[in-house]
Amino acid sequence: MATVDVPDVSMRTPPAPATPLGGALRLLDYWLIAYKRTWKGSVITSFVTPFLYILAMGVLLGGFVTSDPSRLDGATSYLAYVAPGMVATQAMTTVFGEVTYPVMGMVKWQKIYFSMHATPLGVKDIIVAHLAFVMFRVLTTCAVFIAILAPFGVFESVWGTLVAVLVQLLLGLAFATPIYAFACGLEDESSFSLIFRLGMIPLTLFSGTFFPISNLGSVMEAIAKVTPLWQGVDLTRMLVLGRVDGSWAVAHVAYLAVLAALGWWWAVRRLDRRLVQ
Amino acid sequence: MISAHGLRKSFGDFEAVRGIDVEVRKGVAFGFLGPNGAGKSSTMRMICCVSPATGGELRILGLDPATQGPEIRARIGVCPQEDTLDTELNVRENLYVYGRYFGLPRRVVRERIDELLDFVQLTEKAEAKVEDLSGGMKRRLTIARSLVNRPELLVLDEPTTGLDPQARHVIWDRLFRLKQQGVTLLLTTHYMDEAEQLCDELVVMDHGLIVARGAPLDLITEHSSREVAELRFGVGEHDALASKVEDLAERVEVLPDRLLLYSDDGEAVLEAVHNRGLRPVASLVRRSTLEDVFLRLTGRTLVD
Repeated sequence: MATVDVPDVSMRTPPAPATPLGGALRLLDYWLIAYKRTWKGSVITSFVTPFLYILAMGVLLGGFVTSDPSRLDGATSYLAYVAPGMVATQAMTTVFGEVTYPVMGMVKWQKIYFSMHATPLGVKDIIVAHLAFVMFRVLTTCAVFIAILAPFGVFESVWGTLVAVLVQLLLGLAFATPIYAFACGLEDESSFSLIFRLGMIPLTLFSGTFFPISNLGSVMEAIAKVTPLWQGVDLTRMLVLGRVDGSWAVAHVAYLAVLAALGWWWAVRRLDRRLVQ
Repeated sequence: MISAHGLRKSFGDFEAVRGIDVEVRKGVAFGFLGPNGAGKSSTMRMICCVSPATGGELRILGLDPATQGPEIRARIGVCPQEDTLDTELNVRENLYVYGRYFGLPRRVVRERIDELLDFVQLTEKAEAKVEDLSGGMKRRLTIARSLVNRPELLVLDEPTTGLDPQARHVIWDRLFRLKQQGVTLLLTTHYMDEAEQLCDELVVMDHGLIVARGAPLDLITEHSSREVAELRFGVGEHDALASKVEDLAERVEVLPDRLLLYSDDGEAVLEAVHNRGLRPVASLVRRSTLEDVFLRLTGRTLVD
C-alpha cells in the first residue's frame, strides 16, 4: 500500500468538441469496440436471413408467379420485382432492430449515455455517433444483400444499383431518427412490441415489397403511398431497374429527407430531456 | 473552484434545492451530508453541468454551467452514484473509451490506463469483464475512470454506499491520496464516518437547505457535547424514562430504540443513571459524531 503511485493530475485535457461531428468522432472507438463484440451475431441476422427470404419468396414462391412486366413496374421476373423491395425492407428492419431496444439499453439499463454525457460530449454528439453506427449497419447489410442478389441477374442498371445503396442510407435515416426519438424518451420497453407489430410488419407486407400497391384498391393504395417504406421501395426499384421517373424520384428523396430532419429535431429534444434534468 | 449563491432546483412543484450558498476552495475535500432526499444529488448534478439550475448563481472553475457546460465537464471528474460502466466491455476498454470521450490521443489514454489501474488496484483485472467484478471493484473502476482526464475537481456522489467496510477503506485511502495531490474533492454521503474521515469542510443539508456548515470537528463542538451516553431500555420504555434522567445531561434525545444523553463526561452520566436505580439493557459511552449534530439540527437520523 505504501508504494502506490498517485496519478499526476497536472496535465490539461483538450477543449470540448466544437461540432457534433467532432464529438461523434470521439465516440468512434466506443462503437468500434462495441461492434467487435456483436458483429458475429449481426452477420447471421443481417446476411443469412435476407438470403433465406430471397430463396423462399423470390426464387421458390416467385417461380409460381408469372405476370406481365407492365404490371410489375417493368420488372422482367417476379424475383427482379421483389429483390429491390426486399433490399429496402431490409434497410428498414435493420433500423428497427438497432434503434429500439439498444437505445433503451443506453438510457435505461446500462445508462451508457449518462457516462458519455458526464464528459465534454453533448446530446447531439451522442445521437450523431449512434445514428452513424446504425447507418454503418444499414450500409453493410444492404451492400452485402445487393451483392448476394446481383448474380441472379435482377439488377438492370449498374449505376442505378450503386445509387440505390445510398438510397438505403436515406431510407434508413428517415426511419432511424423518429424511432430513435421515440425510443430514447420511453420509460419502459413494452411499446416496442407494438411498433414492431403495428408498424414494421404491416409496412413490410403492404408497402409494395411483395406486390404492386395498385393491387390494394384505391383507398389502401393512397395510404400505402404515404408510408416511408413505399417511398423507399419505389425509389430503389426504379433505380435498379433503370426506369427512373425524375419527378417521382425527387419527391421520394424530399419526403425521406424531411422525415429524417423532423426525426432528428425530435430526437435531440427527447434525449436532451432525458439526460439533462 | 465552486461558488453558488441562492442556488435552487425545482422539478415541477417539487423544490429539491431551495436556495443554498456554497464556496469550495481549491484543494479541499468538501462534503455534502444529509439523508436521502435532502437535495444532495440534485446539487451534484447541477455542479456536474448535467442539470440546469432553476435559480441563483453557480460558477464552476469560474465558468458558467449554463453556457459552458462542456468546457467545465472537460476539466472535472465525475463518479456517479450508479456505476454507468459498460458491463459487456472489459475493465481496460471501459477506461479506454471514456478517455477518448475527452478527446485524448489514443497513446495518451493507453499510458494513463496502466497508471490508473495500478492506482485502484485493478491491474490484474484489466482484461476481466465488468459484469464479473465485485461492487467494490466496480466503484474503484468508476473512480479510475473519473480520473482519466486528470480532473481539477473530482465529484463523487455517495462513493461508498453499498460497499463492505474493507472496500470502503480502500476507497477512502485512494481519495485521501488524491487530495494530497491537490485534487479538489466534492462528495456527498449519508455516512458520518465517511464525512469525518475525508472532509475538511462540509455542509449539512436537509429538505433542500443547508442547516449547518464548517469543519467536522467544529460542527461537533458547536452543536453537540464531547461525549454521549447511549442507554437502551425495554421496548417502548424510552419516552417515559427520559424525564427521569433529563437533569443528568446537557440534553436528552429520545430515539425509538434508545436514549442519548449528551454530556462532557459520559461515564459520570452513566454512573448517575445507575445510582438512580435504573438498569438499562445495554449502555455505552462514545464521542459525539456528526450524526449527533444532524440529530440535533433536524431531529432525525442521517439514514432516514
